Amino acid sequence: MTEPLLKIEHLRIEFNTRRGTLVAVDDISFDVLPGEVFGIVGESGAGKSLTGQAIIGLLEPPGRIGAGRIFLNDQRIDQLPYHQMRRIRGKKIGMIFQDPLTSLNPLYTVGKQLVETILTHSEMTPNQARQHTISLLDEVGIPAAEKRISHYPHQFSGGMRQRVVIALALCVNPRLIIADEPTTALDVSIQAQIIALLKRLCKNHDTAVILITHDMGVIAEISNRVAVMYAGRLVEIGTVRDVVKTPKHPYAKGLMGSIPSLHTRAEQLMQIDGTMPRLMEIPPGCAFHPRCPHCFDRCQQKRPDLINTQPSQVACWLFENEDQSDKI
Amino acid sequence: MKSVARFQDTLHRFFDSDIWYSFKKSKVTISAACVTVIMILSAFTAPWIAPHNTFDPATLDLMDAFTPPAWYEDGTSKFLLGTDDQGRDIFSTILYGSRISLFVAFAAMLLAMLLGVSLGLVSGYIGGALDAFIMRIADVQISFPAILIVLLISGVARSVLPNVRHEEMAVWVLIFAIGISNWVHFARTVRGSTMVEKNKEYVQSARVIGRRRATIMFRHILPNVMGPVLVIGTIGLAVAVLTEATISFLGVGVPPTEPSLGTLIRIGQSFLFAGEWWIVIFPGVALAILVLAVNLLGDWMRDALNPKLR
Amino acid sequence: MPALIIRRIIQSVIVMLTVAVVAFTLFRYVGDPVSQMVGQETTIAEREQLREDLGLNDPIIVQFARFALNTVQGKFGISFRLGRPVNELFAERLPATLELSLVAALFSLVVGIPMGVYTGLYPDRVLSKVFQTISLIGISLPTFLIGILLILFFGVLLSWLPTFGRGDVIQLGWWSTGLLTASGLKAIVMPAFTLGMFQLTLIMRLVRSEMMEVLRTDYIKFARARGLTNRAVNFGHALKNTLVPVITITGLQLGSIIAFAIITETVFQWPGMGLLFLQSIQFADVPVMSTYLILIAFFFVVINLIVDILYHVVDPRLRFDKSVVSSH
Repeated sequence: MTEPLLKIEHLRIEFNTRRGTLVAVDDISFDVLPGEVFGIVGESGAGKSLTGQAIIGLLEPPGRIGAGRIFLNDQRIDQLPYHQMRRIRGKKIGMIFQDPLTSLNPLYTVGKQLVETILTHSEMTPNQARQHTISLLDEVGIPAAEKRISHYPHQFSGGMRQRVVIALALCVNPRLIIADEPTTALDVSIQAQIIALLKRLCKNHDTAVILITHDMGVIAEISNRVAVMYAGRLVEIGTVRDVVKTPKHPYAKGLMGSIPSLHTRAEQLMQIDGTMPRLMEIPPGCAFHPRCPHCFDRCQQKRPDLINTQPSQVACWLFENEDQSDKI
Repeated sequence: MKSVARFQDTLHRFFDSDIWYSFKKSKVTISAACVTVIMILSAFTAPWIAPHNTFDPATLDLMDAFTPPAWYEDGTSKFLLGTDDQGRDIFSTILYGSRISLFVAFAAMLLAMLLGVSLGLVSGYIGGALDAFIMRIADVQISFPAILIVLLISGVARSVLPNVRHEEMAVWVLIFAIGISNWVHFARTVRGSTMVEKNKEYVQSARVIGRRRATIMFRHILPNVMGPVLVIGTIGLAVAVLTEATISFLGVGVPPTEPSLGTLIRIGQSFLFAGEWWIVIFPGVALAILVLAVNLLGDWMRDALNPKLR
Repeated sequence: MPALIIRRIIQSVIVMLTVAVVAFTLFRYVGDPVSQMVGQETTIAEREQLREDLGLNDPIIVQFARFALNTVQGKFGISFRLGRPVNELFAERLPATLELSLVAALFSLVVGIPMGVYTGLYPDRVLSKVFQTISLIGISLPTFLIGILLILFFGVLLSWLPTFGRGDVIQLGWWSTGLLTASGLKAIVMPAFTLGMFQLTLIMRLVRSEMMEVLRTDYIKFARARGLTNRAVNFGHALKNTLVPVITITGLQLGSIIAFAIITETVFQWPGMGLLFLQSIQFADVPVMSTYLILIAFFFVVINLIVDILYHVVDPRLRFDKSVVSSH
């Protein structure tokens, strides 16, 4: 078994508000292997983005890591002081955000922003950095790269901008990229291009990706493994094939069933009654139990941990007996 | 009974709200609010609580002039903060002076609010050429400092009105001038909000029912755009007080027989070198405290009502 | 861009014309020019004659045209109060006011911007709270009070600085400057500080709020996610974006400073245009009043124009005119 690139252990993200401490992410654990594309999927507010921010150390106050540990290549990173974490950001872990327009500084040329990042993390000379920039822009598919480096962000179209953003994230070859809703702000036709680009680049550079999104289609397209989050908890983790084709957790089932598909015949899209609970109102036991068609006593009392049912892990009491190893 | 219950309910909601919470939390704001209330109250009740009626020439005695504050050797407890060059008690003059300052400021703000909100509503709702026209005037006016406009209006009034009427009308001219110079902020904000509200469903439904435009604007839209107006109003109040004080200081404000805080400071400045500092400092401090308190209130209000900062 | 300049110039001309109309109305109709100029013994016949000579009986358009022509040539009439040509009076006084205003503006920028940047970057530090308090006091204390307090301390109690007047001036052709003499420099300190204080607090608050707004943007987040140094993020990216609107607003405020000089000049008996204007208000000296109005309007209009052009030069998004003016 390969050593995981990123290890998250019992991560807990809290918010201090005047009404008390709210738990936004409650004890999640997972690993990311080198070079793999790991998807985190779930509804808005499930805690996916917060997880990504916590990993790269950019949680905004009043949010903070309440408990847990994060390891990057066996180095503990969740408690590093700012200036040490800064060196890791960009160089070892990169991040891209949802809206490419607001992600780029409108007053600097694209070239300057790239060169600046390269020079911060490497020993290249400005000229070398410039050359590298041109080849990067080329690689992400921006035509006439040499001319374009002196253009400003507003002179690019949406899809082109996201390519620039990807170039910026990849420019000093991080081992891991966290992509937070990278295609949500783009036209559908462009989405496919960007996703394909991401897939290709990460394969070429052997970079792992944590792909955070609510769009199952995107996950199915390029992820190797996927984790489903609900109300700040992980409910199922497995390979894409397993989770998408044969989901085990009732919520995951509902999620997969609600995706329209050209291939299966169905009269109606499956729907899950109710909505995800707000942070202040998470029910005891399993967070999903009020909406679950298979709910029984245990579900209301005790929260299920991830149960290792090969090949995927599920946090559901229905699978208690299928536990194949020690509880995770 | 129902209305009492509803009132209690509203009270409950108010005290439970974020606004009250942020108010309670900020000690500074509470102090500011207290100070403002105290000053307003004392100014309002000046005729009853002031030790002397300084506007009545009959009570003045030139022999009392230039008495230093009570804690000095030459001072007396009759004149707590000393007297000016005409024998007027400084403490009383401050009370009466704040009265005038606050009266002018409130009235001017009210005028500016009425004018600005109405124009803003009309401009935002009706749009088109009327909107363009109003906004053009606003643009031109806003590029000039309010002080200039007030000075100009004062100057013009001075030349137009016969000398005798000057004194009587001075206060009203001042209110008019300050009000006119401040309507633009209100108008712009209200116009912006109106343009947003215009497209909402409750307005559409009112139109479909056939309500008159005026009703829609003033009964339906107005309550929804009042929030920022209050913030601007509070800060504008401070500005109005300062403007009046400045104009009076410059000598073209309220008549010297009914001095406001600004006039007092003007009088006091000439005696600074002679060492009679109390004539200028006490009114100055009173003015500063008043404006500071109102500014703090306005600041808090702005932060509390700003959804972006929550 | 040339199209833009032409448009702005046309707008400026319109504003000037409007102001000219107002000034003309003042000049002609407020008070009676003839009665202002003659004594009480002048007969009615003589007054009529004077009226005729002055062209006061001509049609309004003609009078206005004459007025406008005269204004453009700098012939502003004769002061009612002093009996001297208005343009001479202004020529004498202009340097004093302009010097004072420029020094005050410089002062407010040089001190205000760093203060604002500091409080924007580190809002919770003690020094920031101190600055905030100073700014609150600066905004609450009326300009004249600040001046008086300064006079009390530095003039009366400590006797370090002169309490009125401009000190010794040196005549450079038409311009008189006080900046080249020791007494002139000493004399300008308190007035400039007084005049600039209000501006300073405004700038400080503006820079602070802009800075805080900018620090919340996605591109700053992305810059941090790329591991750029604090220096690069705060001063390279954030500061530059903050200063763009600040510089333009400050430019616009310059006109305001010139007008506010009225108060400062009164407190310190500074022999400038403002004091002249104030005295003209007190004595209903209409030619001076209307000339001041025109001059100030002219300054405003010119400054606005320059600032507008500057803004377009500095912000690349506006350089391409209408095409892509997207979100800030």
